[in-house]
Amino acid sequence: MKKTPTSRRLRRNTMLFVTPSLLGVAVFFVVPFVVVIRYAVTTRPVNGEFAGLENFRALLHNYAFQLAAKNTAILCLTAVPLAVGLSLGLALLLEREIPLRSHLRTAFLSPLMVPVASVVLLWQVLFHQNGVINAFLTGWGLDPVDFFHSDWSRGMVLLLYLWKNLGYNMVLFTAGLAAVPKDLLDMAELEGASSLRKFFSIQLHYLGPTILFVTVLSFISAMKIFREVYLLTGAYPYESLYLLQHFMNNTFASMDYQKLCAAAILLALAVSVIIAVLFRVERRLGKDVENL
Amino acid sequence: MKRLRRGILLLALGVAALLFLFPTVLTVVNSFLSEGEIQQTYGAALGDRTTEYMAQTVVPKLIPDQVSAQQYQTFLVESPEDLGKFWNSVLYVVPITLLQTAVAALAAYGFSRYNGKVRSAIFFFYVALMLMPYQVTLVPNYLVSKWLGIYDTGWAICLPGIFSPFGVYLLTRYMRRIPKAFVEAAQLDGAGEWKIFTRIYLPQCKSALYAVGLLVFFDYWNMVEQPMVLLESEEKFPLSLYLSTINQNQVGVAFAAAVIYFIPCLLLFLHGEQYLEESAAAGGIK
Repeated sequence: MKKTPTSRRLRRNTMLFVTPSLLGVAVFFVVPFVVVIRYAVTTRPVNGEFAGLENFRALLHNYAFQLAAKNTAILCLTAVPLAVGLSLGLALLLEREIPLRSHLRTAFLSPLMVPVASVVLLWQVLFHQNGVINAFLTGWGLDPVDFFHSDWSRGMVLLLYLWKNLGYNMVLFTAGLAAVPKDLLDMAELEGASSLRKFFSIQLHYLGPTILFVTVLSFISAMKIFREVYLLTGAYPYESLYLLQHFMNNTFASMDYQKLCAAAILLALAVSVIIAVLFRVERRLGKDVENL
Repeated sequence: MKRLRRGILLLALGVAALLFLFPTVLTVVNSFLSEGEIQQTYGAALGDRTTEYMAQTVVPKLIPDQVSAQQYQTFLVESPEDLGKFWNSVLYVVPITLLQTAVAALAAYGFSRYNGKVRSAIFFFYVALMLMPYQVTLVPNYLVSKWLGIYDTGWAICLPGIFSPFGVYLLTRYMRRIPKAFVEAAQLDGAGEWKIFTRIYLPQCKSALYAVGLLVFFDYWNMVEQPMVLLESEEKFPLSLYLSTINQNQVGVAFAAAVIYFIPCLLLFLHGEQYLEESAAAGGIK
């Protein structure tokens, strides 16, 4: 863009609007992060010597870190695609003319407002060794499942995550679907296209930005599911529930700042890569970055 | 055949919707059980099974043997410290919600009106920051609160919350869709940036502002990590963190506590659901 006086003035004036936020972000996130980087490359917080990448090497060989990274990756890779896919399906189903449609939508959206502590209370009642679900299972002559201390725990957390987040994703997709030109769909209908065909040939093309947006939000919520897991199972849960957030909280509690800061930096890098990829995908889809 | 398929679809959706609602209904109904009945019904899953009369397994009660306000009485009247935690929550969450939305609206305006190299780099950084799990910013937050001398005070919770980039992201996404023609028309009338912001952008974004406020509220109403790291004294804890200990130690009032904690969310949700849907709709149109 050519730097005309008007565009320069526009740039300066609109920057004023960003300033309060930028100052806050600088003070609370950026400046202290410089210290985090310093901690990560020294041997001790005070009077430490330069350690190069030693802390990172130690971290990558740490069993707890490996376990936590693996579990977090598994959670994200299963939860996010499922959340996107299922909520899109739900939105498509609720597109149809069915009775009580808006009530159904409200029901699906309702878990959004249920506070974390109530969720935890309920999940305990439902999934405890002596809980509701096991009562059902034993009632049908099946063996009870220890949901908190077996590999079922992953499924339990996944269910919790989907229950909580499908609703809002669905609302976003419903809005995205509403933006698809109606005459295109009517035309396809006249030509005798099936709903499946209509979806893949028409609707999907208009949903690109929404899919990306929902993916971003689902990723954020996947990171936040730690709250529920933590309140349900404490600082040292069953192995398959041990997330990076557990690892970092525990490292913080034991004041091992070197390890913690190295982990924070690695995590920040990983997240940056993920976003860079998402932005790239967005651009590849022919939309501009601005609309992510 | 088509009607049968529709019927099955409707039935499946109905059952799914009930499953989504079930936890909420269960909490509300069970808050009217007496403490004894709660112990008896849920003790097996919630407390340690010390008493003889507890059921072996939990069968949830959707109809109380006897409707009782005992849980509410205990929580609201007999334990003032529990109620204090509720007010702590309000005291932290209301300023965060209002001010984050305000700061975000300003910043989003700046991001959507002009998009040079520097600004898109900053925006990219904001999105990155937003996606970081809280634990990445845990050490920075902790250090700053020590430097500024606000550790173990409400400020330590509120200030980082106010500047969290989540609202900026959502509102920028929304504001970028406001037609440029509106701005040009206003400029012809001699409106400056501030006027364009307050007279055009803010009114256009009403539902989005409301939606952001709601999402921020739900998020911080449930905060767990921040108070754990930034607060030391238990009397300053918000209800979200404190309730989890109630769940373990005072099973008898757990459901009432959950309901009281739930009411602000419910009211906001019922009031704001339309804005959530509206803002999503406008945000989806390119």
